[in-house]
Amino acid sequence: MAKKELLKVENLKQYFPIKGGFLGRTVNYVKAVDDISFTVYEGETVSIVGESGCGKSTTGRAILRLDEPTEGVVSFEGTDLTTLSRSEMRRKRKDLQIIFQDPYASINPRQIVSAVIEEAMHIQNAVPKEKRRERIEELLQTVGLQPYQADRYPHEFSGGQRQRIGIARALSVNPKLIICDEAVSALDVSIQAQVLNLLEELQDEFGLTYLFISHDLGVVRHISDRIIVMYLGKIMEISDKKSLFENPQHPYTKALLSAIPVPDPDKKKERIMLKGDVPSPIDPPTGCRFHTRCPYATEKCVTDVPELRTLPHMKEGHQASCHYIEEIHSGEMQPRDYSEKTKIKA
Amino acid sequence: MTKFIIRRLIQTIPVLLGVTILVFSLMHLIPGDPAQIIAGESAPERQVEQIRERLGLNDPLHVQYGKFLGNIVTGDLGQSVRSSRPVADEIGTRFWVTVELAVYSTIVSVFLGLIAGIISAVRHYTVLDVVIMIVALFGLSMPNFWLGLMLIQYFSIGNWMPDWMSFMQMRASGWGDSWKQVVLPVITLGTAGAAIIARMTRSSMLEVIGQDYIRTARAKGVKERIVIYRHALKNALIPVVTVVGLEFGALLGGTVLTETIFAINGMGRLTIDAIRTRDFPVVQGTVLVISLLFVFVNLLVDISYRFLNKRIELD
Amino acid sequence: MSTYKNILEVRNLQTSFFTDDGEVKAVDGVSFELPKGKTLGVVGESGSGKSITALSLLQLLSKPGKIKGGEILFKGKNLLDYTEKQMREIRGNDISMIFQEPMTSLNPVYTVGYQISESLMIHQNLNKREAKLKSIEMLKLVGIPSPEKRVDQYPFELSGGMRQRVMIAMALACNPDMLIADEPTTALDVTIQAQILDLIRELQAKLDMSVIMITHDLGVVAETCDYVAVMYAGQVVEFSDVRSLFKKPKHPYTVGLLKSLPRHDIEQEKLQPIKGTVPSPKEMPVGCRFSPRCPAATDLCRGRMPGLITDEQKNEIRCWIYSEEWDGDPEVNIYGEERIAEG
Repeated sequence: MAKKELLKVENLKQYFPIKGGFLGRTVNYVKAVDDISFTVYEGETVSIVGESGCGKSTTGRAILRLDEPTEGVVSFEGTDLTTLSRSEMRRKRKDLQIIFQDPYASINPRQIVSAVIEEAMHIQNAVPKEKRRERIEELLQTVGLQPYQADRYPHEFSGGQRQRIGIARALSVNPKLIICDEAVSALDVSIQAQVLNLLEELQDEFGLTYLFISHDLGVVRHISDRIIVMYLGKIMEISDKKSLFENPQHPYTKALLSAIPVPDPDKKKERIMLKGDVPSPIDPPTGCRFHTRCPYATEKCVTDVPELRTLPHMKEGHQASCHYIEEIHSGEMQPRDYSEKTKIKA
Repeated sequence: MTKFIIRRLIQTIPVLLGVTILVFSLMHLIPGDPAQIIAGESAPERQVEQIRERLGLNDPLHVQYGKFLGNIVTGDLGQSVRSSRPVADEIGTRFWVTVELAVYSTIVSVFLGLIAGIISAVRHYTVLDVVIMIVALFGLSMPNFWLGLMLIQYFSIGNWMPDWMSFMQMRASGWGDSWKQVVLPVITLGTAGAAIIARMTRSSMLEVIGQDYIRTARAKGVKERIVIYRHALKNALIPVVTVVGLEFGALLGGTVLTETIFAINGMGRLTIDAIRTRDFPVVQGTVLVISLLFVFVNLLVDISYRFLNKRIELD
Repeated sequence: MSTYKNILEVRNLQTSFFTDDGEVKAVDGVSFELPKGKTLGVVGESGSGKSITALSLLQLLSKPGKIKGGEILFKGKNLLDYTEKQMREIRGNDISMIFQEPMTSLNPVYTVGYQISESLMIHQNLNKREAKLKSIEMLKLVGIPSPEKRVDQYPFELSGGMRQRVMIAMALACNPDMLIADEPTTALDVTIQAQILDLIRELQAKLDMSVIMITHDLGVVAETCDYVAVMYAGQVVEFSDVRSLFKKPKHPYTVGLLKSLPRHDIEQEKLQPIKGTVPSPKEMPVGCRFSPRCPAATDLCRGRMPGLITDEQKNEIRCWIYSEEWDGDPEVNIYGEERIAEG
């Protein structure tokens, strides 16, 4: 399968000004996303993972220009979205839809379901008026709801059902790319599994491409083809799913994976305990953003910003931004304080 | 904290300038020639010209404003047209009378309002809560001049004297019965404020009582009384303080009517008299002084706000 | 002196909310026990009644909520017989509790030190100065750097992870016998979650404490608990030691939960969700509450509520399949075509 580039993000920056002082001047910036680049190919699911403040949601919003990006190029099928006028962008949103975390907050509570979905079709003029009702009922069935539920209000639905409505709305304009911003994070596992399966089925059926933003590595492993790990506005590692989970290269990815509790009491694992909290994105650490918490950090990490790179032992397309990938891989470098690397349930 | 107060003081400067501009413009915004109005319709042109000269009305506006501002800074608020006494002297003692009235009323409304609000919140949805809230609604809806008149009608007969004695006079004349003279005007003026504060306290307390940290306090084994008065109240007071500040402003406005009804010789009555006799310098003076008082009270509110909520960063 | 075997035994606990629309049975006949020094996980999805159970233990329910019946035996004594004053002496002293949201669970207008000191002044009669010194010690114990400085700070000056540490310091100040942790790491990032779980585990051993861990996260249960009570729609459907629960879950709901869970540590083909949704408290099924969603449900399940059945490992399951009366396929395979994926 020849891979076709659908979305290409280049050197994207999103700085939010902090106002202050007597005259409300900009005194500083929150560097929410700081110079990231990646590509999403048609038909695949790319996930962005990271902890709060890593810039994953900001990236999604910047792509859709829900917040105007500070700098960078966002090409969608070869068109730079950042240069489009507002009305051109609005038309373009037909191809790029977003589903949010909170189905309660993203649906107007005073509109019945059919109105919620019709609104999207109307804005994009995606379906001729007389065919809309039929299409709405079809969409509801597609997402696992009943056609008669079209005339109900959002509060009559459960959280999982509301997320299905959000998906139906996104689908109503036949998008090519759907950005799922923590779309299943608020759901209980039994319902979350239903929605995840639904998203997979829809992808097969309509050839959708997903940019899946989540903090849950279990969900991400399940749904993704490729994964981007972000930390404090920077990409730490990009890889296909298998290599990332089985052969993580960046110390942050390793720590992140080791920190997640495993639902298996017999599984022994080594936990890399990270010290302290994520630093503020207002004055992020110099050099490698992760150096303040990294058990391998050296002087070089404090001063030099590492680039994303692939080494011979890594699979093609697997990149990590660390100065010491090789040394850590070969065991030449050991974590500075071994006592922090504790064995649990030994 | 000192830094905060200094910064906050500096920030009042533009507000104060704004106030002086407004007060200054008062005279010029009124249709017609102020000098003519002061002198009266039929006054001879020479007399009008004299007044105009005396008030400096012939100078360009910015010069007039500059003089006006300079005078204010040196404490010179001009001369009363009617009595020819300096406006500052006219306001003088009356200022303290009004401030005293307003302060007593504020104390009473805060005291009653807080207690009623807390009881209502702690006992919410009980009969007591409903009764308190209905009474508060009445207090809020009643115009204070009407309340004042009713109070005089029912209580003022006999030894409930309607005239006002200031604190100083009271002290001079011995406490005796004279405290009674304070009661009716203060009730008149303070009722609406008490009602507003009660309602505000109730809703604020109810919100705070539902917060997670209240549950945390209970989970520590803290006595319910302390949960309410220490953990909940201090948080609930934050929005209430703002209301108290605003209420004080409304109260200053209220003194105009209350002083008139109870024949109290304060600034409110002075203002009314000055308006009636077109004594512009006095009107300007009273408006200016009341505005300054209001700005000052708001400053106090901000400082106490800061004291209650350490989180407020003013930048 | 110990006349009790388990530090906590809950028997047939019933908690309801009396709303304008009638009674909502949030907790309906919950029983479990916790041996001293061990950790019990109470796991369930939203609406399962796990948090209400936790609040009921300390009788911290707010207004329309009320404990209707049952027994809460703490060290052999029924807490439901205690007066409010006696309960206050238990709270924060013998049994402490920490909550889900460290951001909102601390009082914003008091210093961290004051909030820790408060329990010490109430329960241990320390004066202000002594309490503050002990608070600094507690902050040090929970791993907060420069505690002498932090003690005078306000909650908003601390990060989420730090605040949860403060909550733990506060809860453990009076050296309680039991800690109830209600979703203590749900609001935290996973690297911080690892720190906090580690801290709880370490302090549990150090202070010889029993812990009840309320959570929706099966991974947290597997890593921290000795026993597990799985709750569904206000009832315990399976009570088991942690190993049996993950290796051989018995209740179809537990099986369904494990099969719905996307795992980061192993490759899975497709998730197998539980069909349908949790029944609303107003429309509880007559029979087994899980029967409308259960793949193995029969007329017996739909018609009558099963009791708790004890198996050979002394684990309890609320399911007809394990009873003499079972009317379905005696060889019923609740695990589906494949066993739950193993390593």
